[in-house]
Amino acid sequence: MVSALRIDRLGALFTAVGALALAFLPFVVFKQNRILPGDALSLYAALPPPAAYACLAALIVTAITGLFVRQARIRFGVALLGIVILAAAVAAAGNGLTPPGNRVVRVAPGAGCWLLLATLMLMATDALTRLKPRPLTRVLLLALCAAGAGIALAHGIFDHLSVMREYAVNSERFGRELQRHLWLVLGSLGAALCLALPLGMLCHRVPRLRAGTLGVLNLVQTIPGIALFGILMAPLAALAANVPLAARIGIHGIGAAPAVIALFLYSLLPIVANTVTGLARVSPAAVEAARGMGMTPGQVLARVEMPLALPVVLSGVRIVLVQNIGLATIAALIGAGGLGAFVFQGIGQTAIDLVLLGAIPTVAMAFAASVLLDALVETMDRTPQ
Amino acid sequence: MITVENLSKRYGTTRVVDDVSMTVERGRIAVIVGTSGSGKSTLLRMINRLVEPDGGRVLIDGKDTRSEPAHLLRRRIGYAIQGHGLFPHRTVAENIATVPLLLGWPEARIQPRIEALLHAFQLDPANYAHKFPHQLSGGQQQRVGVARALAAEPAVLLMDEPFGALDPIIRTKAQDDLLAIQRRFGTTIVLVTHDMEEAFRLGDRVAVMSHGRMLQYDRPAVLLTRPADPLVARMTGIADRALRLLSLTSVGEIASPGQSDGPEIPATASLRDALSELLWRGAESGRVLRSDGTALGRVTIAAILAHGKPE
Repeated sequence: MVSALRIDRLGALFTAVGALALAFLPFVVFKQNRILPGDALSLYAALPPPAAYACLAALIVTAITGLFVRQARIRFGVALLGIVILAAAVAAAGNGLTPPGNRVVRVAPGAGCWLLLATLMLMATDALTRLKPRPLTRVLLLALCAAGAGIALAHGIFDHLSVMREYAVNSERFGRELQRHLWLVLGSLGAALCLALPLGMLCHRVPRLRAGTLGVLNLVQTIPGIALFGILMAPLAALAANVPLAARIGIHGIGAAPAVIALFLYSLLPIVANTVTGLARVSPAAVEAARGMGMTPGQVLARVEMPLALPVVLSGVRIVLVQNIGLATIAALIGAGGLGAFVFQGIGQTAIDLVLLGAIPTVAMAFAASVLLDALVETMDRTPQ
Repeated sequence: MITVENLSKRYGTTRVVDDVSMTVERGRIAVIVGTSGSGKSTLLRMINRLVEPDGGRVLIDGKDTRSEPAHLLRRRIGYAIQGHGLFPHRTVAENIATVPLLLGWPEARIQPRIEALLHAFQLDPANYAHKFPHQLSGGQQQRVGVARALAAEPAVLLMDEPFGALDPIIRTKAQDDLLAIQRRFGTTIVLVTHDMEEAFRLGDRVAVMSHGRMLQYDRPAVLLTRPADPLVARMTGIADRALRLLSLTSVGEIASPGQSDGPEIPATASLRDALSELLWRGAESGRVLRSDGTALGRVTIAAILAHGKPE
């Protein structure tokens, strides 16, 4: 409550960072074209005075809330509102600074804007952590945010911002690469599940296999992503050259095959390790009772052990999913495509907007996957530990 | 009826169970008692083939247990263990339905059975059927564990330290409940415990095991009055063996006709409890009452004391 004027420490940090960002860092960057370095503009220079003051007032209200209001629900709502207002301000700056009909100038959010967005998001996450919402509520919130962002994008609110300019040029390709990215991630995950789940169960049943298997998979995990792609290139190229069938079904030294195989290899350790841990966590009394009541070994596994291990197995899947969504961007280096293609093309052309076109959706997908699977894990977990 | 013939099991060079034979009559309770490592649990687990014996055989109603696959055998035998072993991801009703489902009972037969069992164990189905095990108290979990073991109406029930995790007061109550349930369903029970008090309380016959060998298998009174081995005498307790013996007979069995102005004593009380009550009240005799409250006769301290020594 406002009555007890105790300053929230995290709120103080957010306010300080936000104020510094607003005062000393550019709110937007205005460029004459895609490649040229741009002019840094503050909030007041980027927006007409009434809009700038309104935005400033909204940010001050957010800061006061962050400093003095202790109810998490209000903090969360205000932070969310702050994000919306910030997005609206950036969009307005883009629309206002772009001369009508001009498709060459670029208006991009500046460092100050990004930093403000980050602090507001931290404030929202902090409030959400204090609220401890149920899994379903978290999924609904995620859906709501996604829907909000989707509607804003569909209505072209951000169309004059540089990232969306890049999108407009690449929209057809964007859809393809996004699909490709998802295919790389989900295909490798599916294949990994097919091997890792049985392997984990086997390691649980035969303890002698455990140390060796986990040791080898650990070793695989330590190989850097680019090195692993490189290691796979030579044998796959040789395979494609010598076995015509392999080449015909799309296996080549570069492209999707080495990417999927590398992602598949990286997926094994978290799933195998979590399957072993999950099965080891199952109460021995429950397994003994299941056997004693006449379940066959398969029934014990399917009806008692795996359902009880499932939350831990799923948290392994969550690690893999988030990890692969990120790793798949590197796959673009060996011609596998995916959103990484924009990132590396952008780096090559020193076009930061193109980098963001690949990076922002990647981060958003990883975040969404993490929220969804976290909620799933929590829903599944019936055992109070 | 369970017949155990020359059953043996060894792990490496250790004989965990060494040439053990015993018979449990239909509808009786046999208690296997022994220190940890005596082989009592292994013996029990060989009856439902959770452990396969190295030698000897087990017959249930004359049929060799090896004549069918082990998992099918186990579905016909109830099994309850220490720490109940309930499935934490299934409700009470689903836990109880485990073996009936394995046996392919129709739903129309399973539901009434679950309700009957919950009633028998004083758990209101409306309140408890849909709870998860972690929402129950320790005593309730244990009762659900036994109810689950009895779900498919097994003729034989094996229990491995079923009350081991309960505190003393709940434990006594659980033992009384088990006796009542056993009388009601006529189940043949083999129960393993390390608690001699529990063995004497529950067992029609008690087997004493040590280092894999069965030292003696007989009625509790015989174990006290004619121990076959010094270790049996030590385990059944030399210092309080007279009181133990008194605890095996109920007041109703020795009540004599006549009046008494002493305290009221239920006919089901043991001589030990009756003696304690009379000593406490400073009375020479007590009035024995049936469970419906009518007078059965009287019991005197002298009559009780006469039962405290071997005939």
